[in-house]
Amino acid sequence: MATLNDYLFVSGMLFTIGLAGVVIRRNIIIVFMCLELMLSAANLSLVAFSRFNTVKGLPDYNGQMLVFFVITVAAAEVAVGLAIIIALYRARQTIHTDELTSLKG
Amino acid sequence: MNLAWILLFLPLVVAAVNQLVLRKSAVVPWVSTGSAVASLLLSFLLIGKTGGPTPIHWASIGDFHLDIGIQLDKLSTGMMLVVTGVGALVHIFSLAYMHDDEGKARYFTGLSFFMFSMTGIVLANNFIMTFIFWELVGFSSYLLIGHWYQKESAADAAKKAFLCNRVGDFGFMIGILMLWGITGALSFAGMKSGLTTFITANPTIWIGVLSAAVLCIFCGAVGKSAQVPLHVWLPDAMEGPTPVSALIHAATMVAAGVYMLFRVQVSLGTEIFHQLPASDVIAWTGGITALLAALMATQQDDIKRVLAYSTLSQLGYMVMAVGLVAGEAGMFHLFTHAWFKALLFLGSGAVIFACHHEQDIWKMGGLIKKMPITTATFALGCAALIAVPGTSGFFSKELILDAAHEAHSPLFWVAAFVAVLTPFYMTRLFVVAFLGKHRSHGADHAHEVGPLMWGPLVLLALLAVISGYSFIAGFSPAPPEHHGNGFQIGMVAGISLAALVIGVTAGFVLYNGKDKDPLSIPLFRNRFYFDSIYDNVLVRFFQDTTAAIINFFDEFLINGLLVGGLSRATASTGNLFRQLQSGSLQGYAFAFGLGVILVIYFTVFLQS
Repeated sequence: MATLNDYLFVSGMLFTIGLAGVVIRRNIIIVFMCLELMLSAANLSLVAFSRFNTVKGLPDYNGQMLVFFVITVAAAEVAVGLAIIIALYRARQTIHTDELTSLKG
Repeated sequence: MNLAWILLFLPLVVAAVNQLVLRKSAVVPWVSTGSAVASLLLSFLLIGKTGGPTPIHWASIGDFHLDIGIQLDKLSTGMMLVVTGVGALVHIFSLAYMHDDEGKARYFTGLSFFMFSMTGIVLANNFIMTFIFWELVGFSSYLLIGHWYQKESAADAAKKAFLCNRVGDFGFMIGILMLWGITGALSFAGMKSGLTTFITANPTIWIGVLSAAVLCIFCGAVGKSAQVPLHVWLPDAMEGPTPVSALIHAATMVAAGVYMLFRVQVSLGTEIFHQLPASDVIAWTGGITALLAALMATQQDDIKRVLAYSTLSQLGYMVMAVGLVAGEAGMFHLFTHAWFKALLFLGSGAVIFACHHEQDIWKMGGLIKKMPITTATFALGCAALIAVPGTSGFFSKELILDAAHEAHSPLFWVAAFVAVLTPFYMTRLFVVAFLGKHRSHGADHAHEVGPLMWGPLVLLALLAVISGYSFIAGFSPAPPEHHGNGFQIGMVAGISLAALVIGVTAGFVLYNGKDKDPLSIPLFRNRFYFDSIYDNVLVRFFQDTTAAIINFFDEFLINGLLVGGLSRATASTGNLFRQLQSGSLQGYAFAFGLGVILVIYFTVFLQS
């Protein structure tokens, strides 16, 4: 049976992949997806902690409750984020972060 | 007692109202003239009053108070009469003289401000107040000399007057501080007791210390009363309107130095000054000024410059008298001189006005037929100046010659020689400008000035003659013991009469009927090269060196390092931080991730 460490390892991998994608990739859609990946990594570790931390023989459901909140917030964030990306594309005709440099000092 | 406060502050209020409310209104001249006449009436009311109202603490530092206070005594009330009397007449004269001037509102505001400053000097009861008003007088003189500031020469003359005065005032300030250190008192009333304490405490050095203090104070008088070597500003100050010359540069402001010296003498105790070496320096400075100025006056062509040098020469007489510890004689000469010199200046103003602003005496001539009243009053003024027996100038000059004769033999002969020169150059001026035939178009078309102008002239002419007699001289700041009524014929009087006769005869013989100057003495004409020496030595070396040093500080230290350095440092720091704003989204995300990792590292792993 998989231990807590296995779950946390997978979660850490997921998070690292997500962070690497956010930092490295230039396509803003991919960046966005990588952000979701990082959220999923967090969810995974929450669920894992919940499962392995038993209170009176039952899993600690507080962790799983938090996961639902995260998923809800992530859904809302995706809605807003995609809308922003579409607006950005309409304004700039591009979604490549290299070309979005108006904030350069 | 409140009258004194009104007398002091009325001109200031008038000047402020003129400047802030009325501005260029046509009533400004009338308001100023009204205030000057009111001041004269107030001065009459104050005659004979002594003491003074309670001083105002103007600034307090702990137990030390700077006071604005008024000292009323014979000296100050008498001097006020001179200041306001000449002032009122000059205001009236100016109404006509400046009638067509565009800046006459500014001019009259300046006059009112001058009246305020001068009143402050005369009434001051302590040295700090004297100094404040001393500077204010210099400032108002600057304003009025530079009245026609569009003319470069007038602007330069104003600047020169101010700077020369500042040189003297620097010494004056040191002198005030020294005297304060010696006597421990700033008020004139408290000086004498402080000095007595100082003398008992330091029986050996007090003469030297007090001499140094008095000489420093004398510096102020050298500047303000235009004594050699700071006399150069006074002739240039003639660039100002002629009534200003009459009021400020003949009758009142330049006399302030003499007044202040005499005030110091009286406050410290006159008899002490007999022992001070400083008195000799003062007397000789006065004597030399009188002599040099009289020599320079003999070769000037500008009617106002002749009078300016004659003023210098007479101021030299007064300073000499103060130096000889015969201050009463000096103050009496100041009193009579104020009237007849104001008369001469206003007379020259009338002449200049009538000749369409022609000031060269060689382009005048024959004015006696065109302007009889002016000529008559001018002649009376001349008579008083050259000390014709019976006029006021005779009595006052006689007193000074007497004092010189009693005290100091060489100075007496200097004074006597000046007494020859004075009639000589005044006769020259009178003969060339008023007698003979006209030498220019302007002089041909001259005609008598209006009553607003000859009215003051007649009044002043009257005073020029009678102010030596006791019923007028009694009002003077320091009435001498023997004046017009108690005059004795002696050796001094004989010499003075001989000087008068020689001077007038020489002047008349040499200049009657001449169309150009038969004498040409470059040394006198070029004013002993004082101005060129100052230009070449002071300006070239001192000013240019100072300018280079100041330029170094200004350009390199202040501009380059302080101002420029600061701004460059700010800009480069900004540039440095600007690089952080790369505009790259991933860069920010990377930094953010790095930050999170660092925070986790510090909070989680470093804790244990």
